[in-house]
Amino acid sequence: MSGASGASVPQLFLWVILPYVTLAIFVVGHIWRYRYDQFGWTSRSTELQEKKLLKWGSPVFHYGTFAAIAGHVIGILVPERWTRDIGIPEAAYRWFSASAGTLAAVLVIGGVAVLAARRIFVTRVRATTSPVDWVALVLLAVVIVMGIIETVGVNLLGSGYDYRQSVSLWFRGLFVGNPDVRAIAHAPIIYQLHAACAWAVLGVWPFSRLVHAWSYPVWYLWRPFVVYRSRVATRPNEPGTSGRRWRKIGVRY
Amino acid sequence: MRVMANVCMVMNLDKCIGCHTCSVTCKQTWTNRPGAEYMYFNNVETKPGLGYPRRYEDQGQWKGGWELDRKGRLRLKGGSRLRRLLSIFYNPDLPTIEDYHEPYTYDYARLITAPAGTQAPSVSTRSALTGREMNPTWGANWEDDLAGAPQRALGDPNIEAMAEKVVLDFESVFMFYLPRICEHCLNPSCVASCPSGAMYKRQEDGIVLVDQDRCRGWRFCVSGCPYKKVYFNHRTGKAEKCTFCFPRIEAGLPTVCSETCVGRLRYLGLMLYDADAVAGAAATPDPQDLYEAQLSVFLDPHDPAVAAEAERQGVPHDWVLAARRSPAYSLIARHRVALPLHPEFRTMPMVWYIPPLSPVADVTAAVGYDDADPAAVFATIDALRVPVEYLANLFTAGKVEPVRASLQKLAVLRAMMRAQQLGVPFRPGAALGGLSDADAEDLFRLLAIGRYEDRYVVPPAHAEDAGRLLAQHSLSGCSLESEGGPGMGGDGPPDGFHLARRDRQGRLHLALSPGGRPAPRGPSVEGNE
Repeated sequence: MSGASGASVPQLFLWVILPYVTLAIFVVGHIWRYRYDQFGWTSRSTELQEKKLLKWGSPVFHYGTFAAIAGHVIGILVPERWTRDIGIPEAAYRWFSASAGTLAAVLVIGGVAVLAARRIFVTRVRATTSPVDWVALVLLAVVIVMGIIETVGVNLLGSGYDYRQSVSLWFRGLFVGNPDVRAIAHAPIIYQLHAACAWAVLGVWPFSRLVHAWSYPVWYLWRPFVVYRSRVATRPNEPGTSGRRWRKIGVRY
Repeated sequence: MRVMANVCMVMNLDKCIGCHTCSVTCKQTWTNRPGAEYMYFNNVETKPGLGYPRRYEDQGQWKGGWELDRKGRLRLKGGSRLRRLLSIFYNPDLPTIEDYHEPYTYDYARLITAPAGTQAPSVSTRSALTGREMNPTWGANWEDDLAGAPQRALGDPNIEAMAEKVVLDFESVFMFYLPRICEHCLNPSCVASCPSGAMYKRQEDGIVLVDQDRCRGWRFCVSGCPYKKVYFNHRTGKAEKCTFCFPRIEAGLPTVCSETCVGRLRYLGLMLYDADAVAGAAATPDPQDLYEAQLSVFLDPHDPAVAAEAERQGVPHDWVLAARRSPAYSLIARHRVALPLHPEFRTMPMVWYIPPLSPVADVTAAVGYDDADPAAVFATIDALRVPVEYLANLFTAGKVEPVRASLQKLAVLRAMMRAQQLGVPFRPGAALGGLSDADAEDLFRLLAIGRYEDRYVVPPAHAEDAGRLLAQHSLSGCSLESEGGPGMGGDGPPDGFHLARRDRQGRLHLALSPGGRPAPRGPSVEGNE
């Protein structure tokens, strides 16, 4: 743990303990919920209640998010050395990152604005939102706003910040068991907030409606149209649950 | 040839008095839960009318069912699979709650908590979505008995498609009731639309169900079904639909809507069909030929070759025997008096209707049963109050001949039986719809006498399968037993809805007891308790 030497206790908590704990919750939580709460595993669509705002908010937000996720993969997971090795100059990378990032940011924030307004002000939609969903959505909103300040405020309009020399090193270090705490601890506060809230989102993810992200039904493209099922033996109920699954997560039934 | 069995329902519209008992008992059984308030697995519509949800029959708007592409191949009207995946964040063809109605309850507490006064306290409506006060402006029965018809009934898609101009003035107005459940289609477009693969057709009896555990709430089944008989539960975020009361069907009992039908107008029976021929028949180029095409898919259980092949492919022997006694087979294939609802949706529906032999519009033509001139019956058919063309738009994609043939058969049957009762001679001759004495006898037995055991020929699922069947229920979405369902100890009807269990001797035990507790029962054959 050379990267953690010289770090203070709060820094250790924020940049080592919190990530690993939430990662553990993320993985175990998903396994647990998948096993115990198939019935609660849904997108919890509110299109039935409200359609006009969703028409614009939802696709724009989701496709913007895909772009943002792709940007994170390029910027955080791909080491700077790789892009340099294939001959992309730093200036070109920065320019692409700021402009494409801004495009994604505009889509995401536009979608979020519509969806948030819908969730808060359309009574029918608000009534369907469970407390854990509120937590997840508020955290998500914070992450998004911070991310947009970074992309637009710092990198597009401001002087720029080379997160690939700091945040990325720390992040990738987490997955090899050697997170560079000093790198993230000395990053601008905006980046720190963004990262910390992102971990918090991962922590509540398995217990919120966000689980629907893992159910994007790509295999529908190859499946036969009409599904037949025969009467086959199935697994009995989980012992001790008498067929009930966990009721407290997700939505209030 | 792949022989499969499908449970099938036939409804005799002549007998429907629009009492909604089927809707009420169905609702009490299946959808009296939060989130399911607006769902009617069974509803009764007054025709002409917009229906429930409004104008559901207009597939130009809703894009339900199948269509043929330029090369004549079958494809979903809602677009390609890829289009569905790309529009998964917003389904453009989904009805909103406004197209059904905003569900509501009443502020009953006020009856008790209102301060003492001279007037009886009144209760206000509360939205089931928001809990706020609201004014209902639409409902599942808003158009009951032609209510508001002068303003709205001409918006019925079946009327819009008529060449003949319909005038709904007092003298010429017409109506009848159309009870509707899920069609449990041979070529279900809801199943084909479900991206999660949560919807399926049961191989043994053809019942179409939603696996509540695998449903992810993508809602394409709702828009894919042209009959709009899949509903989205706004509390659980899962799709639900008519189950054909499969726990009862497996026990050899009729569905709740059939059992409680006051007019005794429903018939249940098996249809054997060739599963390999379904796709080809559904791709018949001319929509008006789809009725005949679906008839060609059905197999004759009396044919020894069909029976032998069915049993070779695993259809139990007693099911083949039941298929021979099936009232559905008699009414659909033998007598051809029952017709499918909107075959042009190309889903091959399995709930068929005997068109209503309504009162005659012209009183002079009512003398159709003239002993001296039996052919006058034909004139009667065209003088009926319900225009034949309207019925044809409902049942045969606009082709009037099958509807007229069915109505003629029913009229001749009445004339024959009337003559028999009165002791007057009546010789219809070959011209009158080819109704032989044996056919008339059979139709009379089914339509007029209609004994319980003739109306419902439901072979029970096999005892040796019982344990596996019941195990399937707990995972495949008996909505009573799912989380939040009344069977889970919530505010609904009794726990332990497993209607029937068989003991070791194969005897049937009904386990439905008053008070919500399963009745004491003997050893059960299932292994998962």
